[in-house]
Amino acid sequence: MSAKSTDILFENVRLLDPASGLDRPGRLLVRSGRIADHDLPGAEGAPEGAEIVQGGGAVLCPGLVDIRVEIGEPGHEYRETVKSATRAAFAGGVTTVAVLPTGTPPIDDPAMVRLLRSRGDDPGSLTLLPYGAVTKGCKGGELAEIGLLREAGAVAFTDGAQAIASARLMKLALTYARGFGGMVVQHPEEPSLAGSGCATDGELAIRLGLPGIPTAAEAIMIARDIRLAELTGGRLHFGHVSTGEGVELIRRAKQRGLAVTCDTAPQYFDLNENAIGDFRTYAKFSPPLRAEADRLAICAALADGTIDAVASDHTPRDADDKRLPFAQAAAGGTGLATLLGVTLTRYHDGTLSLLDAVALLTSRPAALLGLDRETTAVTPSRARGGWRPAGALTAGHAADLCLFDPDRAWRVVAGSLPGHAQNTPFDGRALEGRVLGTWKEGLRVFGGEA
Amino acid sequence: MAEGRSDGARFFSPAGRHLLGLQGMHPTQIEPILDLAETYALMNRSRKTPRDLLRGRTVINLFFEDSTRTRTSFELAGKRLGADVINMSVAQSSVNKGETLLDTAATLNAMRTDILVVRHAQSGAPALLAKKVEAAVVNAGDGTHEHPTQALLDAVTIRRHLGRISGLTVAICGDVAHSRVARSNIHLLTAMANKVRVVGPPTLVPGAFSALGVEVHHTMEEGLRDADVVMMLRLQRERMSGGQVPSAREYFRFYGLNRRRLDLAKPGALVMHPGPMNRGVEIDSQIADSDQSVIQEQVEMGVAVRMAVLDRLVRGGVS
Repeated sequence: MSAKSTDILFENVRLLDPASGLDRPGRLLVRSGRIADHDLPGAEGAPEGAEIVQGGGAVLCPGLVDIRVEIGEPGHEYRETVKSATRAAFAGGVTTVAVLPTGTPPIDDPAMVRLLRSRGDDPGSLTLLPYGAVTKGCKGGELAEIGLLREAGAVAFTDGAQAIASARLMKLALTYARGFGGMVVQHPEEPSLAGSGCATDGELAIRLGLPGIPTAAEAIMIARDIRLAELTGGRLHFGHVSTGEGVELIRRAKQRGLAVTCDTAPQYFDLNENAIGDFRTYAKFSPPLRAEADRLAICAALADGTIDAVASDHTPRDADDKRLPFAQAAAGGTGLATLLGVTLTRYHDGTLSLLDAVALLTSRPAALLGLDRETTAVTPSRARGGWRPAGALTAGHAADLCLFDPDRAWRVVAGSLPGHAQNTPFDGRALEGRVLGTWKEGLRVFGGEA
Repeated sequence: MAEGRSDGARFFSPAGRHLLGLQGMHPTQIEPILDLAETYALMNRSRKTPRDLLRGRTVINLFFEDSTRTRTSFELAGKRLGADVINMSVAQSSVNKGETLLDTAATLNAMRTDILVVRHAQSGAPALLAKKVEAAVVNAGDGTHEHPTQALLDAVTIRRHLGRISGLTVAICGDVAHSRVARSNIHLLTAMANKVRVVGPPTLVPGAFSALGVEVHHTMEEGLRDADVVMMLRLQRERMSGGQVPSAREYFRFYGLNRRRLDLAKPGALVMHPGPMNRGVEIDSQIADSDQSVIQEQVEMGVAVRMAVLDRLVRGGVS
């Protein structure tokens, strides 16, 4: 992976750049790892020595930006390493990921932020943007060193799948993080209501004899935190929302002009609770899969723009984490390699336009994390730990690119997915939309010739 | 007491019988105290104070909260004016045996006290006492409400150094939310037509403070720019266990007063601190000991201001 990025000319591609609304056939030139131009007159020849990639009419879009990823490293390398997660990401067209802070040790110290960021700094590496912990050890007790974490380059703040339970603590976190321009990402589930539940309350949970979590656990947390965001002026984001009631509260908060955003994950708009069928632990998630009405409500919220991004919610788990009685099995599924394919199901069924579907994976998540512009000064006191822009085909930006054929069919097969972790809930699912090639700063990191 | 037109009337009664706070005080009430304090400061330096002024008068320092500095300052002030000064540290007395604040007041009333200097952890406790005793009550710090003599001594210190106590830009930095010193200073400085900024993390400097007529800033870099005076506040340890601040190192990193930040203020800007300082938490040692620091002089002016306050209260009021 030495810096041998040559100039590349993509020919005969459908350029798709949601940030600028661009969607037309064209060519794109990459020079020295950066996007040089995507407005070349058809007749103009390739620059001397440039590699030519024939797109064959496939879509060329910005590399995907995935804002919710867990990596086993550090602490759980048997589940996944940065290296294997990188393989899965590039195979899925993903070039930038925001990493949850809930590893071992947690990212609650500025040195951890720098360590993780440095893993993604080499040319051709997957860009790793660490979240900082909201509380020390992600334990929900005292505030973590949000200022120092932010200065070191923490992209936002969350305790991962651990909800910030105390209303007082959430108020403090929103207030304090505001002083450093930090967004707080909440796991939208009221923990005392969720208890030890592992499935959505309802007929299925009753039949299976599984402890249930009422969908109201999400609505209650979202309603509370919207009120706290309003009170504090803090920047609030909800990760993996999954209920109709939840997105309706966010929809109304946005209509009132509050700085509240949310994302969802593919399993919440492509699967419903029936996927847990015969105690299928690979479909165990937190929050749990919901009833069909909620799945449809999530689709509607994607279509009307209430949901700001689709994140993979990539959660690598070993077979031993999953081969347990349902209530004891680990929650979560891998998602990097299937992110684009599953999201495009909503394009193929007419819920989303192709531009809107790609926006949910590129420009919109990038904007949530402030990657839509050059960011250098994290704090006014000193410029350090800035982020490179991502998620747009803007001239001058790093050439992080994804080439995909929206109509090419493939089948998800657990056991042969790229990367180490194979705990996908989509095993056997036929998908339309396949990544043909991925480029990171002008280096081809996935795919042969299209 | 019944006039009650403004807060000033409530906290600093028309007859000047009590000094409970500076909220609502008028410059014409403040300036004579500052003038008198400067006179006493000179007398203190030449060791010639009117020792017969309060002869036969009794001052009781009634401290429900530990304080060495303020209590000593009031004690010296009383003694230099010839008063009999009694210290009652109530932490280990009858209050711990269950006596209520008003029972204590009744007891002290029966002793024919002239001036009660009260420090209490609850906001409003001196005001409650003032309603029930014959003596003049001086608030020596109540909860997170007011600490009027601290703001008066800060004002004297500033005026001596900068030649005026109006038209200045003063940055009050740190735990403003829980600070009685900050509140009294805000009242005094805004009354005297200064521009006041409060600076600190949003958890310690709520935006609602703007209602007091101050600018709210959340970075030292903005808050200190072109300031004439930088007042640092003490960061209590409880703020860290209470979660408002993650750690001392983070606090010092973003809100500690160091040379680089102080250089954003006007050249020669005054550095003040009500004490006791946490060196390396809210203030760099080098700054605390630098030429710009007037922290020791604040202590000196403290005695002079308290002499002026006792004087005015005994001799017919402060107003």
